[in-house]
Amino acid sequence: METAKTPVNAIECKGITKRFGTVVANDHIDLSVKQGEILALLGENGSGKTTLMNMLSGIYHPDEGAIFINGEEVRIESPNDAQSLGIGMIHQHFKLVEVFTAAQNIVLGTKEKLEKPKVMQQKIATICNKFGLEVDSNKKIYDMSVSEKQTVEILKVLYRGAKILILDEPTAVLTPQETEKLFSILRKMKEQGNSIIIITHKLNEVLDISDRVTILRKGKSIETVNTKDCDVSSLTELMVGRAVSLEIDRPENKEKQAILKCVDLTIDSLDGTKGIEDVNFEIRTGEILGIAGVAGSGQKELCEGIAGLLPVKKGAILYKKENIVGKKPLEIINLGISMSFVPEDRLGMGLVASMGMTDNVLLKSYNKGRGPFINRKPAKKLAQELVKKLDIVTPSIETPVRLMSGGNVQKVLLGREIESSPNVLITAYPVRGLDINSSYTIYNLLNEQKMKNVAVIYVGEDLDVLLELCDNIMVMCHGKVTGIVNAKKTTKEQLGMLMTGQEIKEVAKDE
Amino acid sequence: MSMFISFLAAAITAGTPILFGTLGEIITEKVGHLNLGVEGMMAIGACAGFMVGYSTDSFFLALIAAFAAGMLAALLYGLLTITLMANQNVTGLTLTIFGVGFANFCGFYARKAYGVESLKLPENITSQMRNINIPGLSDIPVIGQLFFSYNPFVYLGIITAILLSIYLNKTKTGLNIRAIGENPASADAAGIKVTKWKYINVGLGGGICGIGGAFTIMIINKGVWISDCVGGLGWIAVALVIFASWSPTKAIFGSFVFGALRQLKYYVPSSIGIPGALYDMLPYVITTIVLVAASVRSSKKNSQPASCGINYFREER
Repeated sequence: METAKTPVNAIECKGITKRFGTVVANDHIDLSVKQGEILALLGENGSGKTTLMNMLSGIYHPDEGAIFINGEEVRIESPNDAQSLGIGMIHQHFKLVEVFTAAQNIVLGTKEKLEKPKVMQQKIATICNKFGLEVDSNKKIYDMSVSEKQTVEILKVLYRGAKILILDEPTAVLTPQETEKLFSILRKMKEQGNSIIIITHKLNEVLDISDRVTILRKGKSIETVNTKDCDVSSLTELMVGRAVSLEIDRPENKEKQAILKCVDLTIDSLDGTKGIEDVNFEIRTGEILGIAGVAGSGQKELCEGIAGLLPVKKGAILYKKENIVGKKPLEIINLGISMSFVPEDRLGMGLVASMGMTDNVLLKSYNKGRGPFINRKPAKKLAQELVKKLDIVTPSIETPVRLMSGGNVQKVLLGREIESSPNVLITAYPVRGLDINSSYTIYNLLNEQKMKNVAVIYVGEDLDVLLELCDNIMVMCHGKVTGIVNAKKTTKEQLGMLMTGQEIKEVAKDE
Repeated sequence: MSMFISFLAAAITAGTPILFGTLGEIITEKVGHLNLGVEGMMAIGACAGFMVGYSTDSFFLALIAAFAAGMLAALLYGLLTITLMANQNVTGLTLTIFGVGFANFCGFYARKAYGVESLKLPENITSQMRNINIPGLSDIPVIGQLFFSYNPFVYLGIITAILLSIYLNKTKTGLNIRAIGENPASADAAGIKVTKWKYINVGLGGGICGIGGAFTIMIINKGVWISDCVGGLGWIAVALVIFASWSPTKAIFGSFVFGALRQLKYYVPSSIGIPGALYDMLPYVITTIVLVAASVRSSKKNSQPASCGINYFREER
């Protein structure tokens, strides 16, 4: 029936424009996807990728422009409309009901009558077989791993008979092995004539999976190229608008001294479940220790445990041979241990969204002043210095930080922590959601600290970055340390195996 | 023994208005809306039921009026929170203050307008509100008193609870509704009409609360209008939702426990010497304990619908 030869495009967008208030998120974007093709949508943060896809799936309505599905002009008013047109979207943040089973999530909202669990399972199994998916349809979502949840999301759209799949950053949370598995599923779908749009900013994956690439920059579609004519640097250039060096420095600091040591550290997370268990590691000044792991493997608990925000159940944290377990967060800060944690919503921890930069800087230093009144002058000065030093873009230092863009907010957070000249700097996901340029500013900041003999703990998501930036990498899985490896002598695949809890023997553990 | 049986029977009767309030609040919270206006919706239901009964002489019309008035009040809450995205807590509290005040005002006005000292429902209605008497069945000792001798509200409440349980747990609509309460964005992406079902459930919940209000005036006050007739039962209902862990069938049991607490003082011999005020305190003490226990317990099952209290706006960024 449908073959790749069919001249009609599965999706054709012409002149799509979407504004949010005065911000133009999409500015006359053109895009087309052939049948049986995988199109990658590439762009930095805020370039309008997700907005565009949300219009195809009926979450937003375009202000201008036309959408054609299989050659016919359509109006997509709601997710329902998108569904009946055969468009299925797999969102970056999964749209699953946590307390339901996989099967319940899959049939949710479909038109046919509620089947008996057996019949439902049968139907799901048929689809699974067709595309090589695996799922336990009676498992509750909250018991599932990230990749299992993603499988459910994919099944959800396939169950509705989607022929056009949109995946928004599907690999952001997967290990390399899980990514490979996802890609083989996508290839199978493509063989069966489905069209796929994949949003990502990992260039290697774009080159690996896609047939063509459409590049967006600042809300405009810049160019569409055939993947086989591209390489990493040409794609980066298109994406950023100019040539960018993709090397991350790893300067060597010779003066290493043990400073922080965790011994058999066990911490429960807030909801009473096991956070981390028997974690042992040591970090020295002048080095960056990376922490890798699938999201929720205990990174948060570890950071908060060291910062004194979560009670330690067992074990010790030795700072310059002094046990700091049981100390108050303020005492720990005064010792020179500083933490900046960037949560998923980016604003949740560390900064007060409705306060300006000055007040946020004050949060860490107001205790030092004498008398009951606050002296805002030093904080103001510091805020101004930060703006200059880190190229922070803000209308004024009194503008509430929530009105600033994500990258600038993260610079404020990290900048404030660095200004307290810590001896140990813990940063978790400092480049989360940042574009390439801002990310490199942050990497340079961290390296600068490292050369100033600060011990840096870097909790990260992107394995490529971890391998290039860090000296050593500690891998966590389900709250346990599965390995501490030398970043120079380790491969991405080995990290991936450690992330899923598999033992590997041949990794270089020593220096 | 017979004393104990009549205590149980009294407990079940006393628990019924709380049951209605709880059921109404459960299906409201199931679509992610915390409506603290239960007390107000019950008051409005009581007032409308009473006034319509008073002027039409019809028990059936009175019930319909109580339901409709409760529903209207809830839809007002719905308009503010679902469409206009007002804060749910504030809107709910306001609804309580408004509802109680409005009901008191109407009662006062009606007394002036009819020129009477006290308003009392006509005999035609009060006779229908009496406990039923099925010849044969109601005469069986113990069983008759425990199962076949209540006023019609008690049976209506239990039937409503069972129907709601089937609605929420066995039907496709129920699945969709639970999805809305847990994660409206997911439900929306799955093609469920989130706004429509929110209005339907919020409205239905208000209607059920309204019937609970009618109970307070018709049974507890025996058909005589008084101000503040609901007297805090709505608040107990809100707490009971947590006690019943959002399950309509568990709400039946829970409401009877609270009914028993309210009736205890009439059945414990006064010679023991516990002051009456202590008994009046009991339901609230238990409510406090339940709230503490519920916040300590942190299982994902049997907990509040995750989106409860948070308004949903599709295009939010």
